[in-house]
Amino acid sequence: MTGAPLIEVEDLRIDLDDGSRRVAAAEGVSFRISRGETFGLVGESGCGKSITALALIGLLRPPLSIGAGVIRFDGKEIQHLSAARQRDLRGDRIAMIFQEPMTALNPVSPVGRQIAEMFVLHKGKSWREANRLAVEALASVRVPAPERRVNDYPHQLSGGMRQRVMIAIALACGPDLLIADEPTTALDVTVQAEIIELMRNLCAERGTAILMISHDLGLVANVCRRVAVMYAGRIVEERGSADIFRKPSHPYTQGLVDSLPRLGSRAALGRSRLKEIAGVVPAITSFPDGCRFNPRCVHATDICRTIVPETDLLEAGGLVRCHHHA
Amino acid sequence: MKLRANLVIGGALFALAIAVGLLAPWLAHTDPVLDANLMNAEEPPSWTWWFGTDDQGRDIYSRVVYGARVSLTVGIVSQLINSVIGVALGLSAGYWGGWWDDVVNALTNLMLAIPSLIFALAIMAVLGPGLTSLLIALGLTNWSFTCRIARASALSLRNQGYVQAATVLGYGDFRIMITQLLPNMLGPIVVIGTLGMGSAVLSEAALSFLGLGVRPPFPSWGSMLSDARDQITTAPWLSVFPGLAIFLTVLGLNLLGDGLRDILDPQSRSRRT
Ligand SMILES: Nc1ncnc2c1ncn2[C@@H]1O[C@H](COP(=O)(O)OP(=O)(O)O)[C@@H](O)[C@H]1O
Ligand code: SF4
Ligand SMILES: [Mg+2]
Repeated sequence: MTGAPLIEVEDLRIDLDDGSRRVAAAEGVSFRISRGETFGLVGESGCGKSITALALIGLLRPPLSIGAGVIRFDGKEIQHLSAARQRDLRGDRIAMIFQEPMTALNPVSPVGRQIAEMFVLHKGKSWREANRLAVEALASVRVPAPERRVNDYPHQLSGGMRQRVMIAIALACGPDLLIADEPTTALDVTVQAEIIELMRNLCAERGTAILMISHDLGLVANVCRRVAVMYAGRIVEERGSADIFRKPSHPYTQGLVDSLPRLGSRAALGRSRLKEIAGVVPAITSFPDGCRFNPRCVHATDICRTIVPETDLLEAGGLVRCHHHA
Repeated sequence: MKLRANLVIGGALFALAIAVGLLAPWLAHTDPVLDANLMNAEEPPSWTWWFGTDDQGRDIYSRVVYGARVSLTVGIVSQLINSVIGVALGLSAGYWGGWWDDVVNALTNLMLAIPSLIFALAIMAVLGPGLTSLLIALGLTNWSFTCRIARASALSLRNQGYVQAATVLGYGDFRIMITQLLPNMLGPIVVIGTLGMGSAVLSEAALSFLGLGVRPPFPSWGSMLSDARDQITTAPWLSVFPGLAIFLTVLGLNLLGDGLRDILDPQSRSRRT
């Protein structure tokens, strides 16, 4: 692993402007991903994972916008690039796949053509050459009989096959970073595991870094070397995947880990209920002052209700944002 | 499954009209313009003169056959112009929104407010009669329905997963409109286009009837009707046969459009059954 980060996010703030007022949907978001690294972003629905991903690829649209911060890709700041330059990066050097394999493919276009279009668009290939490369790309995601499958329309493929096609499209141009936003949420558990395995292997072979986004801490920790936990628009903890299970430092992370079923535990055997974090995620317009987790936190004290905790370095490695972290 | 009679009959009538237009030199018995012979003036329909002859002794059958060329050219070409204008404006307005959408909407409302035939008349008055003027006048005045449909489709399609996926994959706006939006709205556009062709054929007849269409002596169904006006009681076949040709062509196009809507638009299909 080379030292220079592939992507570096520093103090990113994402504003939500509904016309009358502006609130920060995410703030103080910082992380870096090295070449070929796997990095996870975890948090409950609505905490700002997807908008962070959109910010990285320059696709925040009103009412959302980047309010502050720096995004550096391959050493160059990209947050102020022109629309055309950002578009050139997308799909070519930074690719992204979504959770909805059912709707992410154009229903009236054969899948081979949709893969081939990437080579035409970003690599300037002829359609002839691009169609040949599309067969190869389909073979690389282990779709059987790819030379016949390229002519299939999306509705002729199963959900798992479609997600393979999406991966083939995303990896077609050999991107440096693959952002996978809940890539398997819509799939069966068994298919899920296959798809994740395939994605991980392909990216490892090609040295493609992965930013994996999910609400599922277990899944992300399985795939990724490092994990960042997001809560209400802020990253509250960032750790190595093993550490985050062994000794989670932030009370929210602790709650997440406690709510996961563990192999052999009483909960996994169905004898006791999983512990859930009491309370609900605050709405974006009513984030509490200080630490945004304080209404739900059992360790909360007065300082938590007034002062935003800074990010601390942990001795064991990793970062945490809590006044009273373990 | 019910036999789609409208699709079959409509398609057959339209195909017949196209075939007649294309094969006119072989189907016609005489030259539609040159073979005038006052010796045979105003002959009623017979084995020799299938549709009869006019006051200059020209064979009506041959003139109707050649007239298909003008009517269909006007119908197809002017509707193509309309479709291209309507799709370009509606698609871009729906996809981009903003001030461009406002401009297109205002323009569409203006077009809808003025009957297109009146608008076409005004354009013809400026351009003068003739085939080219007809194509321009009818091609510029009947795109508002296509535009409305294209805009509405683009509005709903732009939120589809595959359109957003294309954005994420680095597609530019035009590539998205051409590859992601257009093919997915083609069904209703084709239906509207087919119906529009029918009304263009009618408009051609109307404008030619008013003397603004194709210049005589070359035959068009509308101008033949116009010429036959004075002899409607003495030689009714002069108006009956071109009228029938217009009727069958427009009927065919309407049935075809209807039938296409049945197969292309699942919503109307379920409503009908
Ligand atoms: N286009 C938008 N307009 C207004 N609010 C939005 C928009 N997109 C996201 N948000 C808000 O931003 C917050 C973060 O959303 P998101 O990043 O999608 O969460 P998630 O972590 O589930 O991916 C949510 O509160 C959501 O309601
Ligand atoms: S800062 Fe306070 S409220 Fe927030 S997580 Fe830490 S202890 Fe809990
Ligand atoms: Mg999300």
